[in-house]
Amino acid sequence: MAKNSPPSKAPRRRLSWNDPGTRSLIYQVLILGIVGFGVWFLVSNTLHNLAVRNISTGFGFLNREAGFAIGESVIGYSPADTYGRAIWVGILNTLRVSIVGIIVATLLGTLLGVARLSKNWLVSRVAGAYVEVMRNIPLLLQLFFWYAIITEIMPGPRQALNPMPGVFISNRGLKLPTLQGDGLDWILGGLAVAIVAIVLLGHWGKKRQEATGRIFPLGRWAAGLIIIFPVAGWLLGGAPLALELPELKGFNFTGGLTLTPEFAALLAGLIIYTSAFVAEVVRSGIQAVSQGQWEAAAAIGLPRSRVLRLVILPQALRVIVPPMTSQYLNLTKNSSLAVAIGYPDIVSVVNTTLNQTGQAIEGILIIMAAYLTVSLSISVFMNWYNKRIALVER
Amino acid sequence: MARISTAPDGPPSSHVGAWAWMRASLFSSPLNTLLTVLVLWLLLMAVPALFEWLFIRADFNASNAQECRESGGACWAFIVEKHRLILFGVYPYDEQWRPLLATIILIGVIVCSCMRRFWKPYLGLIWLAALTAVAILMWGGVFGLSHVENDRWGGLPLTLILATFGIAFAFPLGLLLALGRRSDMPAVKALCVVYIELIRGVPLISLLFMSSVMLPLFLPEGFSIDKLLRAQIAIILFAAAYIAETVRGGLQSIPRGQYEGAESLGLSYWQQMRKIILPQALKVVIPPLVGIFISLFKDTSLVVIIGIFDLTQAAKTAVADAAWRGFSTEAYLFIAFIYFIFCFSISRYSQSLERQLQTGYQR
Repeated sequence: MAKNSPPSKAPRRRLSWNDPGTRSLIYQVLILGIVGFGVWFLVSNTLHNLAVRNISTGFGFLNREAGFAIGESVIGYSPADTYGRAIWVGILNTLRVSIVGIIVATLLGTLLGVARLSKNWLVSRVAGAYVEVMRNIPLLLQLFFWYAIITEIMPGPRQALNPMPGVFISNRGLKLPTLQGDGLDWILGGLAVAIVAIVLLGHWGKKRQEATGRIFPLGRWAAGLIIIFPVAGWLLGGAPLALELPELKGFNFTGGLTLTPEFAALLAGLIIYTSAFVAEVVRSGIQAVSQGQWEAAAAIGLPRSRVLRLVILPQALRVIVPPMTSQYLNLTKNSSLAVAIGYPDIVSVVNTTLNQTGQAIEGILIIMAAYLTVSLSISVFMNWYNKRIALVER
Repeated sequence: MARISTAPDGPPSSHVGAWAWMRASLFSSPLNTLLTVLVLWLLLMAVPALFEWLFIRADFNASNAQECRESGGACWAFIVEKHRLILFGVYPYDEQWRPLLATIILIGVIVCSCMRRFWKPYLGLIWLAALTAVAILMWGGVFGLSHVENDRWGGLPLTLILATFGIAFAFPLGLLLALGRRSDMPAVKALCVVYIELIRGVPLISLLFMSSVMLPLFLPEGFSIDKLLRAQIAIILFAAAYIAETVRGGLQSIPRGQYEGAESLGLSYWQQMRKIILPQALKVVIPPLVGIFISLFKDTSLVVIIGIFDLTQAAKTAVADAAWRGFSTEAYLFIAFIYFIFCFSISRYSQSLERQLQTGYQR
């Protein structure tokens, strides 16, 4: 038994194995020592190997001339530009495919998730089959598949498929019509007016509902206004905007918007693969809202669409947002598979850089830093959004 | 007095039968009818054409590519011709019964581990025996089997080996990382957090690149690890971080009382974890863990990028044969089917397990 000692006097700290504090201190020192030794060992090996193989270190190569061409770029780029600019082009290409992918995959995935819960037997079965097939086949394989379809199966530009006017699919990629001309300002102006009008209408409708109980069909009005105002603006401006259609000239198309085979295949693969996961996230989120909520909302006489919008979705979003965040992060990270089909994303550009300069460590560090930055920004934003929609308790 | 029949009436005739079912589940509202018609139209456009291409006009026994192209359907003769290359890679042709046997053993132990009857301590021994048998079969060099270098391994067995060894090593590592992240020791916790977040923040490709170009620089001179092992290490390190986060979720779901109760029994930390906490925590996270195993299986296809001859790479090689140009769709569909069979059966298994373990109230 321990001796009775006055409680005011703190027990003298003795170095004993039986003291948990001491023990944990020793463990931590040991573990840090081992990890530190490992890091020192690797770093010293690396320095030695670099010296032996005569590889220079440092990020000085970023200012040297790259000397390789990049297939597509958002900003101007020529082989005479520096490695730094080439890598920046790669980062922008990654961001471009990720942002478009995230937006479309969210829309398609939400649609599929809702379709899977539909009361319509056929619709729910078709959505279910899509989800099961797409998420059980590796993304890389899907990319190879789409790329092979576009480059091998699709006809040349002369026999291009023309599913709707102005859209051409050939082995040179996808051609879409674009808007040309200076009427864009008028349309944007119309859009701005429409948004202001919708906000005001929403306010007025809410007030009227509170006063009289009559529901204002904001959705229909908004849909109408958002079409009418930009079109009105376009007409007011004298309809200066022309639709530029891609045209076949000689052996290739001119004009219009081009999606290269690489970009189209990567985008298709990412969207199709990720939307299957998004569908599952949305489905589980909606199902997580208990049946009683549906029944109670139906009991107070809300139609199904309003039940979904006013009662179920706000609750489901809380369940949906965290897994959705990780799907967005996955899509961004999966875009690195672009290297396999030759889309010049950051991994592919850095890989070329690394082969030319031999500076593997710096290259890999740049890739990791870029992805960590993007991942952290997405998760910071989604965490902020998650907090905003979180349950506010008393 | 009128007799009142006590036999229960059936449901009204408008609520039974095929017609009622169709009215309820296909044509319940104008929107639903529209959707049904739309989907039916899409299916009618796609399915017969696909079926015709896949089976009716397909050529199963053409002897060369020209003959196959003339049929106008899928060229399954190409798969028949190349199936040994796709399934077993460039393993010596006469010895290909060995990877076949190894594949069967691997699938066998995976199926065994899925059955609750085998959830006993001796399962570990079964795994050890099976993995040893696989190593002996693949490498050879003993029992009169000729030695085969591992750069000649390929195809399905290689994919399965990468996945099973990946799971077998990543799981304990992930467990340790999860425990480390919940540890009271700040240094251990910080190390684990940094590791997990760093790995989860970067794509697997960058780790594979790192293993193929940076690892040789890390090691002392004259000491090298072969390419396959480096890729395997990258996969293990990557999967461990994800497993750690999942297991951490399970650890957090265990009420505090369990930890305190275990401590008050006087159990040591490892005894607490082994006997009280982990059995409960792991049970909770079985479904998400299976999800991670599925994605690990799919992710093994990424080793293509550093030039390892797995199933996907084998298909690409078969496609590149000049004598059989232009049948990549068939080859990719074939291996997609293989991947699908594996992943789909694992996910179905996970769902049934979820139902078995679920004790909550369900409508």
